[in-house]
Amino acid sequence: MSTLTELAARLNAGAASSVELCQDYLARIAAHNANLNAFVAVDAEKTLAEARAADALRAAGQAGPLTGVPIAHKDIFCTEGWHTTCGSKMLANFVAPYDAHVISQFKAAGMPSLGKLNMDEFAMGSSNETSFFGPVKNPWDTAAVPGGSSGGSAAAVAAGLCPVATATDTGGSIRQPAALCGVTGIKPSYGVVSRYGMIAFASSLDQGGVMARSAADCALALSVMAGFDPRDSTSLERPAEDYSRALTQPSDAQPLKGLRIGLPREFFAAGMAPDVAAAIESALAEYRKLGATTVEISLPNSGLSVPVYYVLAPAEASSNLSRFDGVRYGHRAAEYSDLTEMYEKTRAEGFGSEVKRRILIGAYVLSHGYYDAYYLQAQKIRRLIANDFTAAFKVCDVIMGPTTPTTAFNLGEKSDDPVQMYLSDIYTIAVNLAGLPGLSVPCGFGAQGRPVGLQIIGDYFAEAQMLNVAHQYQLATDWHTRVPGGF
Amino acid sequence: MSLTLDDIQRIARLARIRLEDGEAAKTQSHLNGLFALVAQMQAVDTAGIPPMAHARDVHQRLRADVVTEPDRRDAFQAIAPQTEAGLYLVPRVVE
Repeated sequence: MSTLTELAARLNAGAASSVELCQDYLARIAAHNANLNAFVAVDAEKTLAEARAADALRAAGQAGPLTGVPIAHKDIFCTEGWHTTCGSKMLANFVAPYDAHVISQFKAAGMPSLGKLNMDEFAMGSSNETSFFGPVKNPWDTAAVPGGSSGGSAAAVAAGLCPVATATDTGGSIRQPAALCGVTGIKPSYGVVSRYGMIAFASSLDQGGVMARSAADCALALSVMAGFDPRDSTSLERPAEDYSRALTQPSDAQPLKGLRIGLPREFFAAGMAPDVAAAIESALAEYRKLGATTVEISLPNSGLSVPVYYVLAPAEASSNLSRFDGVRYGHRAAEYSDLTEMYEKTRAEGFGSEVKRRILIGAYVLSHGYYDAYYLQAQKIRRLIANDFTAAFKVCDVIMGPTTPTTAFNLGEKSDDPVQMYLSDIYTIAVNLAGLPGLSVPCGFGAQGRPVGLQIIGDYFAEAQMLNVAHQYQLATDWHTRVPGGF
Repeated sequence: MSLTLDDIQRIARLARIRLEDGEAAKTQSHLNGLFALVAQMQAVDTAGIPPMAHARDVHQRLRADVVTEPDRRDAFQAIAPQTEAGLYLVPRVVE
């Protein structure tokens, strides 16, 4: 399976056209998607029209570094002329009238879209089982979940149905599926990627990012998608960055000499499965070989991140999802006698059970008499969690640990127990609460042959450094090049 | 603390989501499971800690008070469930 750099080199050398690359990927999607359910929308004509335009740009000498290289997009990004469903019946027939900023960025770079990727409904889920369009299967073992909410993105990259995919992460939705499917995924610092046209779940936490087959590929794609956008009031006014700038070719055996890796004692404790722990320990041993040192740190409040998150995120969701009322777009119930009944039936029919559950949690914690005990208390503990990271980064440069407590679980295993499902994001949520960047790299396989992810957490705006830390590991190991059987 | 079925139906009315009885009972059990976990928060001393409303303590930008969006009413109304003469149609609320 090819990296973005390899695909771009083939285009540059004239060894392939964008149309040919897209046809190859479309053929792979046609062969495997019925099994994996990673794509919810494919439109070969649209894709090939974009590919022809990219080839024309190249012929005119106007190609950028990734012009003609195909990409696929999580179905949370509004894409003009395409269905944009967010995995929900509510938006099953919604055709976006405009492009999200992220989509515009990739279009401007000349990257044709292979289609839209399946996801948990409104990005609420950790297994991709809440999608109205059915679960995605994990390419490593189709009895297993791919993780969520960006399960379609992770499965598609893992199975080679696209070389790179957009994704979003509110509590782990990039890193957790990347880990469970054995691909590399990065969630940048909050505010780095514009959320204009990215359907909102929990606005103080949501952040767009990317998944690919290597850290170097993630760096290339992130350089395209990131940057200031005045249309998102939370977009940060920072100069554009080349996220590949820190990637180095090692000149000796210890390219990471001087790097201090913090290991949170709370992450290396009961709860991490033994096979995950073994893979993480091997990865840390590799990092020591590369010259890094490790130091034990503490994130004493991180154990509270799941309860804090499941107050704050539903509260924000209950507000954000009030826009789905059957008036301006989306589903509307067929029969109703008055406006209230129209709302109530529209929302009862249009939302799945997990989305309803979170809206109800949110409405409750924001309601009169409960606001201080839940919402305000959660916001205060959120600051304590963020402060823990600030203290930790005084003694280390990056933080490492498992992305998930276990490898991919089986389809159906946790779908009747929401709290158990929520706990699968126990290592990722604190990063969102603090607004920090996090990434996951493949670092081995568990007892059942399912992938394990190493999480790398950086300080604010340390994406380029983190990507090099991952890149050096990938130069020394080959976990990220493994391909699931049958693909 | 434990939520009753009446509580669940009250919240559902606030959120404008109709819940059938079976669904309400299931929701009740799920929410009570979650709030048992959330109860851990109450043991934390947060006296003097300012609430953190956002991932970064940044100020909202201001922009010039000028029109920046073009008129795309037709495109936006083309995807609406029901419109007439440029207006969104809903059931009558004022007699």
